[in-house]
Amino acid sequence: MKFVKPDVTKCEGVRACEKVCAQTFFKNDDPQFSAIRVTKKDAGYEINVCNQCGQCIAVCPVQALSRNKAGIVMIDKNACVGCFMCVGFCPTQSMRRAHGQTVPFKCVSCGQCVKNCPKGALQMAEADHAGLPA
Amino acid sequence: MAYDYTKRTAYHDKVPEMRKAHKVLKEWTFTPRQADQGYTNRTLYVNLTTLEIKEKAVTQQMKDLFIGGRGFGLWYLWNAIKPTTKWNDPENEIIISPGPLGGNTQYPGSGKSLVVSLSPTTGIPIDSNVGGYFGPLMKFSGFDAIEIQGKASTQCIIVIDGQAGKVIIEEAPHEDANSHVAAEQFTHMYAKDHADLRNVSVVAAGQGADHALIGCLNFSWFDVRRQAARLKQAGRGGIGTVFRDKKLKALVVHAPPIKGDMNKPADLDRVAKAGIKMHKELADHDLKQCKMRRQGTAHLVEIMDNYDLLPVHNFQFGNHPDTKKIASWIWDERFTQGIPDGCWYGCSMQCSKGADGHVVKTGPYKGHIVTVDGPEYETAAGCAANCGIFDPDWLLEANFYCDTYGIDTISFGTSCAFVMECFQRGILNKERTGGLDLTWGNAESQLELLHQMARGSGFGVTVGQGIAKMKEEFIAKKYGDPQLIRDIGMEVKGLEYSQYMSKESLAQQGGYALTNKGPQHDEAWLIFMDMVNNQIPSFENKAEALYYFPLFRTWFGLNGFCKLPWNDVEPPDNHQHPPLEAAKVPEHVQNYCDVFTGITGRTLTKDGLIAMSETVYQFQRVFNIRMGKGLRQHDVPPYRSQGPVTKEEYESRQERYDKQLKELIGVDPAGKTVEEKIALHRKYREDRYQKLMDAVYKRRGWTPNGVPTLETLKRCRIDLPEVVEVVKPHLK
Repeated sequence: MKFVKPDVTKCEGVRACEKVCAQTFFKNDDPQFSAIRVTKKDAGYEINVCNQCGQCIAVCPVQALSRNKAGIVMIDKNACVGCFMCVGFCPTQSMRRAHGQTVPFKCVSCGQCVKNCPKGALQMAEADHAGLPA
Repeated sequence: MAYDYTKRTAYHDKVPEMRKAHKVLKEWTFTPRQADQGYTNRTLYVNLTTLEIKEKAVTQQMKDLFIGGRGFGLWYLWNAIKPTTKWNDPENEIIISPGPLGGNTQYPGSGKSLVVSLSPTTGIPIDSNVGGYFGPLMKFSGFDAIEIQGKASTQCIIVIDGQAGKVIIEEAPHEDANSHVAAEQFTHMYAKDHADLRNVSVVAAGQGADHALIGCLNFSWFDVRRQAARLKQAGRGGIGTVFRDKKLKALVVHAPPIKGDMNKPADLDRVAKAGIKMHKELADHDLKQCKMRRQGTAHLVEIMDNYDLLPVHNFQFGNHPDTKKIASWIWDERFTQGIPDGCWYGCSMQCSKGADGHVVKTGPYKGHIVTVDGPEYETAAGCAANCGIFDPDWLLEANFYCDTYGIDTISFGTSCAFVMECFQRGILNKERTGGLDLTWGNAESQLELLHQMARGSGFGVTVGQGIAKMKEEFIAKKYGDPQLIRDIGMEVKGLEYSQYMSKESLAQQGGYALTNKGPQHDEAWLIFMDMVNNQIPSFENKAEALYYFPLFRTWFGLNGFCKLPWNDVEPPDNHQHPPLEAAKVPEHVQNYCDVFTGITGRTLTKDGLIAMSETVYQFQRVFNIRMGKGLRQHDVPPYRSQGPVTKEEYESRQERYDKQLKELIGVDPAGKTVEEKIALHRKYREDRYQKLMDAVYKRRGWTPNGVPTLETLKRCRIDLPEVVEVVKPHLK
């Protein structure tokens, strides 16, 4: 299963990842619509993005969260009832809600942020999800 | 041992044939309407005698004064009945309303339906707060409430189809009336396909409610993981009995698919922000605090035992060495873990635990595999500890049959405990119970009482009439000392006590007996604040708590909320507040103000919240007076709730009681007999309770006889002519 693996030592806070993510999925430049988030921390930066651990799957009351064939955790927006429990229960706080939205959103490992990072701070990595929620 | 949570006996194979036997008695079409800022602005009226179905407009006055939920229910009931109306008169109504905030999917505990009717056991209005999907699905089908009046001539159901825009009354001859079967059959009958099952909710009672006055209603929701119709109960006050008396087998709602903004909130972001904050709070702290997500309210069993508050042997004692057999760790293992257990979307407290794989031991479903919804604390304390039955399997059995027969586990537990004590004390014997041995701990006899209620024969029917009627009957038949029978029968106003010992907490004695509907802990639970932490020592302190908390908790019932997420999880810094403020959980109170403001667009402050509740609370008190049961004389509890009635009780806590004689009463216990000491305690405690009533009445703005004054009614904006007319004769 592919996931976005950040290397914070290379991040210089350009935030190109946020812009491309928000543009790709919401046609919007506002970083609150980005599934990946960069925040200033001490002298450097912190990058928060879903690691596809799948713990949210068990929390959803309507089974709107599941892994696709590639193992990526996806949201079925038709089934979703907008409770946002997955947002509150995400162990890395990478499931998100943007203003005005009735459904949550998350990183789907599309790789746009990886391609657009000028500093090489992001890469697509493979994780073995054996033992993780189905 | 792990139980397969998908495995259970199925009852829906013959649903197509059953549906063919239905006969449409009346069909009424409506234009589906979405809610706007929490209200659809109309309600549904169904009369089962005349088959009239119509919609009513929600007036601005209803929204301003009564808000929704319990407020709407009380207002409709007030207009439907006369002071002489009895519970089984056709004009009695059942009103179900979720309130304006009900059905939001973001804030935990937002799916409650409030059910109001004239109670068979109290003769005054009862309100019961219940989970399950019915209320929200009804609102999102287009109605803020349903009023059901009249009585059908044959077994029927009412179907509200929010997808088709139809309300239909149908004869339904073949389905089982018992809830675990009815909920499954009607859910499968009215869902279009598999994905649609969760858009159906069923309200049903059961055969027990046909013959007992303590009948409850079950509200279903479809659990997508278990693939089962789960049940929550509107337990108190016999509304299930009213339902069956109207020949209703079920109410069914079939709603459009649910989305996160179906209340059309004024400010969704504000609501979602409060909800997500609570989800995170539960994710981070529940396991360190109450473990509601694993054990539900059953986590309280050993805590209450440790504080001498768990009712044992009909509220004689507060703990028992065998409590460990029904304690939280037993349920932690017995409940299926790791799957969502919310009774409405977005409830991250997840306390609707289910014990899967229970193999039924007795009665008509013997051998069936069922999922038992619970036990919750009240059921464990009432049906188990209070009856001396410390066996988890038998507790599941009693829980299952109470639910499916439509019997309130609280009233049943307390009533069963009462007759068991009567049996021990010779007030009852095998001749009088039709051969049943009601010795403490006799679980088979307890179950037989339930089966008798369902069959409509035997001593179970007597128990099903509730304690107030049993007291009258036992006294009339000269079964024993009338004073003893009155003292140990734990009811006020005709409602059985819920399951906490109040002997050592004067504030809780008031918290139970000074309630509007009868002794139910959902108005005020002050035991820790009073008895354990001694934070409200004076009469005035207690009166203030008995003003604030019943009003605060009333607010949940106006708006479609559950009480539990208010204080069964707390922000970790809640202790920064002074103790009396901390008990209010100020951050959560602010959340409720935010959610109300966010959905309705009406700005709500913490003070405004209390004022909102007080209007309805005072109105309900006047309603009680109108029905002949709202004065001082009706607020007096049985002595068992105030102090030791018997020698056994005194001797079990002799050190405590002797010390109190010396320190509180100023009498040296030396040389006094137990009987003399009991009498001294009684005089002191009963006098103290009267003083508490004086202080509470004053704080609530009532006369010494418990009547809201004209100034109070005016202050609460409830000085409507018909309300003033009720109190006036009592103010002379």
